[in-house]
Amino acid sequence: MFPELNNLLNTTPDRAEQGKLTLLCDAKTDGSFLVHHFLSFYLKANCKVCFVALIQSFSHYNIVGQKLGVSLTAARECGQLVFLEGLKSSVDVFFRAQAAPHPLQFLREADAGNLQPLYEFVREALKPVGDGQAAWRCPVLLVDDLSVLLSLGLGAVAVLDFVHYCRVAVCWERKGNIVALVHDSGDAEDEENDILLNGLSHQSHLILRAEGLATGFCRDVHGQLRVLWRTPSQPAAQRDRSLTYQYKIQDKSVSFFAKGMSPAVL
Amino acid sequence: MAAVATCGTGAGSTGSIAAAASKNNVTSFQRKGPRASGTDSGCSRLVSIAGTRPSVRNGQLLVSTGLPALDQLLGGGLAVGTVLLIEEDKYNIYSSLVFKYFLAEGIINGHTLLVASAKEDPADILQELPAPLLDDNCKKDFDEDVCNDKTPDSNIKMKIAWRYQLLPKMESGPVSSSRFGHYYDASKRMPQELIEASKWHGFFFPEKLSSTLNIESCSLTHGYRKLLQFIQNVIYEEGFDGSSPQKKQKNILRIGIQSLGSPLWGDDICCTENCDNSHSLTKFLYVLRGLLRTSLSACIITMPTHLIQNKAVIARVTNLSDTVVGLESFIGSERETNPLYKDYHGLIHIRQIPRLNNLIYDVSDVKDLAFKLKRKLFTIEKVQKGEVNFKKKTP
Repeated sequence: MFPELNNLLNTTPDRAEQGKLTLLCDAKTDGSFLVHHFLSFYLKANCKVCFVALIQSFSHYNIVGQKLGVSLTAARECGQLVFLEGLKSSVDVFFRAQAAPHPLQFLREADAGNLQPLYEFVREALKPVGDGQAAWRCPVLLVDDLSVLLSLGLGAVAVLDFVHYCRVAVCWERKGNIVALVHDSGDAEDEENDILLNGLSHQSHLILRAEGLATGFCRDVHGQLRVLWRTPSQPAAQRDRSLTYQYKIQDKSVSFFAKGMSPAVL
Repeated sequence: MAAVATCGTGAGSTGSIAAAASKNNVTSFQRKGPRASGTDSGCSRLVSIAGTRPSVRNGQLLVSTGLPALDQLLGGGLAVGTVLLIEEDKYNIYSSLVFKYFLAEGIINGHTLLVASAKEDPADILQELPAPLLDDNCKKDFDEDVCNDKTPDSNIKMKIAWRYQLLPKMESGPVSSSRFGHYYDASKRMPQELIEASKWHGFFFPEKLSSTLNIESCSLTHGYRKLLQFIQNVIYEEGFDGSSPQKKQKNILRIGIQSLGSPLWGDDICCTENCDNSHSLTKFLYVLRGLLRTSLSACIITMPTHLIQNKAVIARVTNLSDTVVGLESFIGSERETNPLYKDYHGLIHIRQIPRLNNLIYDVSDVKDLAFKLKRKLFTIEKVQKGEVNFKKKTP
């Protein structure tokens, strides 16, 4: 986790909020540093995390996690982390018929499927263990990322249904959190992606949007982060709070500064 | 080691799905060193595979793309387990050349090749590979190339335009005694004995049309299903995924897929904007990446993205690939007569570089890059702006 980002969001691992849906979004840049941040944040906050990692392999997150101070292998062994490695499981499910329904069963289907097996997997992973083990603080579902599900043949509505069911199961029933990453395709006119992004933006309590700089590449400022706090259930009379910062990613941390106040410029 | 793995996969039935079955999963994404997790003593042997080197940034195993200048732009080389997507130039001249450089590098290093094409027989592609420039006779050839050009004035200290001295220089000549990355002579062919000594598998789609399939219909076109099945068979049977641990010497599998997405593969993504099977290509790329991540292989794909009319598909394909490089040749465009580009044959755009095992990545500061094929060498340089001429005109 990045301490500067915790300061911006005004949270610490001890005081993590519950029952929230956080949407991570990136446009013209790579927002995966936010995923690494939330993964290590919730592991340090002693929460039970179910990580649906569809883009990269386990060792990638593990190595970055070690730089941020968490060990994913240790967390997985003691049961704090349930890790679904999408790339490896997709090879298994694609080439061999599975006996039990696999979370990525939709890869074998010819027409647009649904994500019910994946939802069942998440619910099973985050169900409370009642046999006297160390109780974790609250369950967290982390998805990296949702846009790739659209590339695999699912419709935007199916993905939104999945998020809705997970919200009921995780946020409402178990008072947990959900963090999901969606790419913003910008001017690529990806309608399905826009439907997904708009639908999730309306449901989220916190939106973190990493954007590339409008002026292009810069060595000292890697992008701009917009933070938007929302209250979906309340009427829109109360204005949503938003902040914008620029950031630079370093080897083990990310530094944030106000716009135009990069240390390289001052 | 096995005991630790099984109790790590405990925690209910979901854990066994989450952690895959193979105990000795060999991926190249392991940090080299005594505290490398996951593999056994095979880890130390990974470094000694011919034609690979660990990345200086994160210990990731790299292979050369066959173009040392491109290796430098990609942060040292192409990471094993990743996909290099080349967006073809308009007439597929230079992208097929880059494709052949990748395969030629595999032959020189003794890697196994898998060549897939729907247009040309792989045996014919291998006959057209460029010949390698060996150290002794390449130096004098390079010197005569240099004399014909403007001499690089790196030794002269610049007095007025001193800021230009700080600009990074691209590697433009053969480095003697480099086992990683070789130079090739595009005007000569690879010697026949080298091709015959190499191990390669060919997939020529028109030949495979009639044979049977093991995968049921799952919205992938016929061609992509066959290709995936073929690649998976080769990886499994030759042990690139670590499934046969008694193999004595580990090797890299270089996969080259030519013109993926073109109508010759049975995909209509280049033909219409709203195609029926728009997920076929993206699903193929996803499962292919899954195969690559779990084996010691690297893949180059050339794709005619200039023909794809649906921009959303191009964005999705870019997100599903690791490294994306676009080639734009000047043939037939108005840039051919532009004096700024008179020395070059085209532009090269580095569209995406992956951040593997890391928060940051090696990105070159130079964004205007052009390439030229100068009799023998394929070089990539920063576009040289015109020289400032301070001479006063005499009246």
